[in-house]
Amino acid sequence: VAVAALLWCIAALLATGVCGVAAARYKAATAAVYAVALLVSAVALFIGASFLLHGGARSEALTLPLGLPWLGAHFRIDSLAALFLVVANLGGLTASLYGLGYGRHEEAPARVLPFFPAFLAGMNLVVLADDAFTFLFSWEFMSLSSWALVMAHHRRPGNAAAGYVYLLMASFGTLALLLAFGLLAGSAGGYAFESIRSATASDEVSAVVLALVLVGAGSKAGLVPLHVWLPLAHPAAPSHVSALMSGVMTKVAVYGFARIVLDLLGPPLWWWGALVILLGGMTAVLGVLHALMEHDLKRLLAYHTVENIGIIFIGLGLALAFEANAMPAAAALGLTAALFHVFNHSVFKSLLFYGAGAVLTATGERDMEKLGGLIHRMPYTAFAFLVGSAAISALPPFNGFASEWLTFQAILLSPALPQWLLKFLVPAVGAMLALSAALAAACFVKAFGITFLGRPRTEAARTAGEVDAASLVAMYTLVALCLIAGILPAYFIDALASVTHALVGDSLPSRQGLEWLTIVPIEESRSSYNGLLLLAFIAASAGLAAEVIHRWASNLTRKSDAWDCGFPDPSPATQYTAGSFSQPIRRVFGTVVFRAREDVDMPAPGDSRAARLHVELRDLLWETLYLPAAALVGFAAEKLNRVQFMTIRGYLTLVFAALVVLLAILAIWQ
Amino acid sequence: MAVILDLLVQLCQMLIVLALAPLLTGFVRKVKAHLLRRQGPPLLQPYRDLLRLVRKEAVVAASASWVFRAAPYLVFGTTWVAAALVPTFATGLIFSYAADMIAIVALLGSARFMLALAGLDVGTSFGGIGSSREMMIASLAEPAMLMAVFTLSLLAGSTQLSFIAASLQGPETGLRISLALALVALVMVAIAENARIPIDNPATHLELTMVHEAMILEYSGRHLALIEAASYLKLLLYLSIIACVFFPWGVAVSGQGFGAYLAGAGMYAVKLAGGGLLLAVFETAIAKMRVFRVPDFLGAALMLGFLAALLLFVSRVT
Repeated sequence: VAVAALLWCIAALLATGVCGVAAARYKAATAAVYAVALLVSAVALFIGASFLLHGGARSEALTLPLGLPWLGAHFRIDSLAALFLVVANLGGLTASLYGLGYGRHEEAPARVLPFFPAFLAGMNLVVLADDAFTFLFSWEFMSLSSWALVMAHHRRPGNAAAGYVYLLMASFGTLALLLAFGLLAGSAGGYAFESIRSATASDEVSAVVLALVLVGAGSKAGLVPLHVWLPLAHPAAPSHVSALMSGVMTKVAVYGFARIVLDLLGPPLWWWGALVILLGGMTAVLGVLHALMEHDLKRLLAYHTVENIGIIFIGLGLALAFEANAMPAAAALGLTAALFHVFNHSVFKSLLFYGAGAVLTATGERDMEKLGGLIHRMPYTAFAFLVGSAAISALPPFNGFASEWLTFQAILLSPALPQWLLKFLVPAVGAMLALSAALAAACFVKAFGITFLGRPRTEAARTAGEVDAASLVAMYTLVALCLIAGILPAYFIDALASVTHALVGDSLPSRQGLEWLTIVPIEESRSSYNGLLLLAFIAASAGLAAEVIHRWASNLTRKSDAWDCGFPDPSPATQYTAGSFSQPIRRVFGTVVFRAREDVDMPAPGDSRAARLHVELRDLLWETLYLPAAALVGFAAEKLNRVQFMTIRGYLTLVFAALVVLLAILAIWQ
Repeated sequence: MAVILDLLVQLCQMLIVLALAPLLTGFVRKVKAHLLRRQGPPLLQPYRDLLRLVRKEAVVAASASWVFRAAPYLVFGTTWVAAALVPTFATGLIFSYAADMIAIVALLGSARFMLALAGLDVGTSFGGIGSSREMMIASLAEPAMLMAVFTLSLLAGSTQLSFIAASLQGPETGLRISLALALVALVMVAIAENARIPIDNPATHLELTMVHEAMILEYSGRHLALIEAASYLKLLLYLSIIACVFFPWGVAVSGQGFGAYLAGAGMYAVKLAGGGLLLAVFETAIAKMRVFRVPDFLGAALMLGFLAALLLFVSRVT
């Protein structure tokens, strides 16, 4: 029943998309499309959530006579799929709600309205797919519909290039997944997940499949070094779509990885875990360092998605390593940490993108250097963005801390792993995780402080106004979720129990056995965390301080000019900027990672020219990996170009030669 | 009965840290003054400072938002909670399970986050320079601290401070290289996080070299009092952590008699005095370093902490 209902939801979304093509001319179409998407997402969210909470180890399957004639289209829902349906449709729900307000400012609705519901449908389809063909078809459908949304404002500078890079990376990723499924299905060609699951692949084949999945799903999720498209494409789309791409589509990619590696591929080997942990650690640190160098609010958020994907993959890698060494409790901890972070990141990243979208609507600016002081003009948006910033910086009592705490606990269990490589690798990755958490806090002090605090730097920021009610409701729904998941993580962890049971055969201790909804990593551990008590404590002590001060101390407050050591300058240009805020960190880390160079162009005394500071940052990955690859492809295309201008005899010879070669290969093969 | 006693201990602890924190700062200042052959302010001067500040009116810049006014309360609240969860004279604090050592590090991170935002709120260059440098220092100090935490919790099998203190007190933990490395790392982090020489100068004003003081430059009156109180608490917290983990002798264990608690309190006072004395001597003996030497200092702390954790990972026989 659940699968059929979900497929109806998807059909409704697709139909809405088709109607959107025709109706986009009318003014009411925007509201209608988003309202339908909102309703359908709510229904799908309800189905997914109830299956996750009550489904247990049950699964439901359905086959439709679509797709390949001898295969049909298989759909199935189990606890893992249900979890990601919840993530996808929660994102869809709030994005539609946000779109009700934000979409009214859209200058080209015909380029957004048809693809938005299609994109939602695509993500749901990927999660439901139960055979390789349906999976790949849905995956590509999701990629292309999101590509169309990235290209919605194709005339803005940079967007066309972003769309081009995205399309290339997406096709490349799908190609890798296609090959992976080909290897999994084997020569018998059993493309249904059922038969893939029951088949056992040799170690060599599994290794190749793992590498291909890391390329395929990793490029969609934003694993370093395949993350380059993400900070280009995510910000180019309209903000609610950016939120969906960053908050949800990267999670669908994580689902693809989890489904194939943890479910279909069979028992893992220990070095898979090592590889995934290493990639995750590198991704986390590099993502946050890139984000720190960024002044464009939406690109900064997109780079933070890269960082958080790294954190998620650290958890997944730990789960693989523990599972390979037959430590199910620890594997469940790593997996729970990763999956909880999947949920948390989808919540606070959507929230932050909605906040950035609100700033964009109110001021028309994404560049932080041209903003400032928005907390006075947009108090509600500012508060929501502050909560999102605290959550993504892993500060208690918000949800980001709860999942990072679990990841740290998983790392603390890993000295028991017998492999030497892991013994060296895991503490190093633990240090990288701690470093990325601390750098994320610095980055969000910058993002919030420069954008919302201080004095307005431009006229646009001075005259900005608060956004509409629909956008605010969408943001505050997510604010509430950030807090609830932070102070009551036990409920969310319990909901993940059936998923971890299905994948690694164990789960975290349930909240029933623990007082006050405390969470503990594993049964026999003596570590625990309780967000609710912590929040109560902070509120009590801060409240007590406020009470005592206001009862006994002077309540006089005087408004005055800023003190600033006696030299306050009324010009807002004297404030710290995003560039100057990140300068110390650029000097510490950037000189190594980005080969950062700073030149001061100081005019001679008497010269009235302004002094200039020139900063040069280099993206070494882009230079050493992508540019040579592009040059190689260009070179090969140049050489192959000759094939295009041959005589008819030449072509005939070529066809004949190809035929002979193929027949010869076949003869040798058999 | 035991629960009531534990609750009482917890309450006592909350009050003790609050009452003792200004005294510790006053003591460090006094010792430093003596080492410099000065008379120095009286021991109780920090209390008087706080009282004077809360009696004055608060001047708030016109461009400040609610973040500026809320930050002192939140900073004070989170720091106080963090300090109350570190065992001082007795382990087995009843609420210690709510926040382990990772959470305490993160709580201090929350306080820093709010304070750095408050530094940016008014929109001055000094506030910005303070926030920016504070976050740069924290971005290295926090991982270093977490690495030390890793080391301790791997030894004790728990991230909870009560358990760590109890386990390191026990006979099964001898001297270990990892412990020594973690101690050095933690001391370095404590110096950096409390804005002490050589990282920052708590006594300086109107200099481009200041970090913490620049961040809170716009504060006055009751707001400044709360922030000062929070920084006194933070110094006490770090000394308490180092004392209870590396020098756990005399800490009363839950269930022991009243005498044990009294002895624990006495020992705690002695440890704090020792720590304060060492800090003052160290600060007098060393010169402040340039801001961009700080990453070297903290990078060394991070490496030491990492080495300590790595040694435990590698030496664990399974």
